[in-house]
Amino acid sequence: MADHGMKLTLKIWRQKGPKDAGKLVDYPVTDVSPDMSFLEMLDVLNEQLVMKGEEPVAFDHDCREGICGMCSLYINGRAHGPQTGITTCQLHMRSFNDGDTIYIEPWRAEAFPVIKDLVVDRSAFDRIIQAGGYISVNTGAAQDANCLPVNKKDADAAFSAAMCIGCGACVATCKNASAMLFVSAKVSQLALLPQGRIEAEERVLNMVQQMDVEGFGNCTNTGACEVECPKGISLQNIARLNREYLSAALMSEK
Amino acid sequence: MSVSIVRKVAMALSGFFLLSFLLLHVSINLLSVCCPAAFDSASHFMGTFWLIQFVMQPVLAFGVVFHLVLGFILELKNRSSRPVKYAFSNAAASSTWMSRNMIITGVMVLLFLGLHFYDFWFPELNVKYMQGDMSGLVEGTDRFRYWEELHHKFQDPIRVGLYVLAFVFLGLHLMHGFQSAFQSVGFNHRRYTPIIKKLSNIYAIVVPLGFVIVAVYHFLAQ
Ligand code: SF4
Ligand code: FES
Repeated sequence: MADHGMKLTLKIWRQKGPKDAGKLVDYPVTDVSPDMSFLEMLDVLNEQLVMKGEEPVAFDHDCREGICGMCSLYINGRAHGPQTGITTCQLHMRSFNDGDTIYIEPWRAEAFPVIKDLVVDRSAFDRIIQAGGYISVNTGAAQDANCLPVNKKDADAAFSAAMCIGCGACVATCKNASAMLFVSAKVSQLALLPQGRIEAEERVLNMVQQMDVEGFGNCTNTGACEVECPKGISLQNIARLNREYLSAALMSEK
Repeated sequence: MSVSIVRKVAMALSGFFLLSFLLLHVSINLLSVCCPAAFDSASHFMGTFWLIQFVMQPVLAFGVVFHLVLGFILELKNRSSRPVKYAFSNAAASSTWMSRNMIITGVMVLLFLGLHFYDFWFPELNVKYMQGDMSGLVEGTDRFRYWEELHHKFQDPIRVGLYVLAFVFLGLHLMHGFQSAFQSVGFNHRRYTPIIKKLSNIYAIVVPLGFVIVAVYHFLAQ
């Protein structure tokens, strides 16, 4: 098997800690199977590094099946690598060729500081959710189906928005490091449903304010987020966020 | 204005205003190609009617300054939101050149405005408000001066070249700006947004092309 494996040159961002300047380091890696996921390929590299007594590369991952949003990585200039609609754990080495050089960098944003190597701190997203991405009114016990009628169109749009896994690819790929797609998904999934309407006004004002406090950039509608989002979150959500925010800002009596 | 969404809406609203102004401007300019007399009387009207001169003109000046100052603020804010750049970025995979380079196309249009004001607006202000000549006539005659002045300006091939180049940048700016403004004010619709995007491309080609036709026509008709 070994001589059938791919040989790659990886250019990986190494950074000892938040204060370290960091730099790209070249790593040759061998024995890579085209059927490996990108993260498995990094596991192989790390094993090779450990065998040589070197420090393994730190990178985020958890579910490895595209549902948790932990894996990140800016691969060859694109969030989650060359394919669309997938996370890095769903990217396979067959998307690359034997002999390729692959750049691997962490998400870059003022609001996502590097902790170590390829691991960034995405707690800014948590604080945005804490600012209003929840329902705190009493919605009662589980109801009979259809006792609260919801338009199918709205239910579907809310469900699509709820697909967001908080990975941060939208921020990473946006030239402005804007978090609008994430925030718009989190605002939309609640704003579209009756239980979410009750706190909709405060929610959008508080979440947008927290988004700005965290230092994310300002959206200029390049649309890159929608292309790179692994869950296909639509720009229609950002338009909805703009509407929700405007009407709340104009009508709020606070 | 500290709130990101307020900024983008303000950018869009000033953009809409400037879009409507461009349409008016190109329409009057095109008159100079087909109907010099109509061009003269339209220019005289625009240049002397108080509502246009003392209400719309200041509003327009404010709109331009507002749009460009906000553009620079956005650019600075957005640069600071990513202090460490990617070593390798393939931005073209996910967005258009126009959408990523509004600052470049915008600055080119701004530079052009400098030349354009030097060519037309400052001399106009000088004649009307410094020298107090509101007649709009060529001195010592009863002919309007507007068409002749315009015609005369486009003798110079370098000026014509600069104008044409500037309109290319204007077109690139409009291609993103027109449709983006709708998204910013919250309008995104499965049925209408594709139409708006088409309209955006048409507007971004037709309007600058109109200006180019005027410049080139006067150059060739010398
Ligand atoms: S909107 Fe898409 S890219 Fe952004 S955090 Fe959610 S899933 Fe990730
Ligand atoms: S590791 Fe969970 S989405 Fe990739």
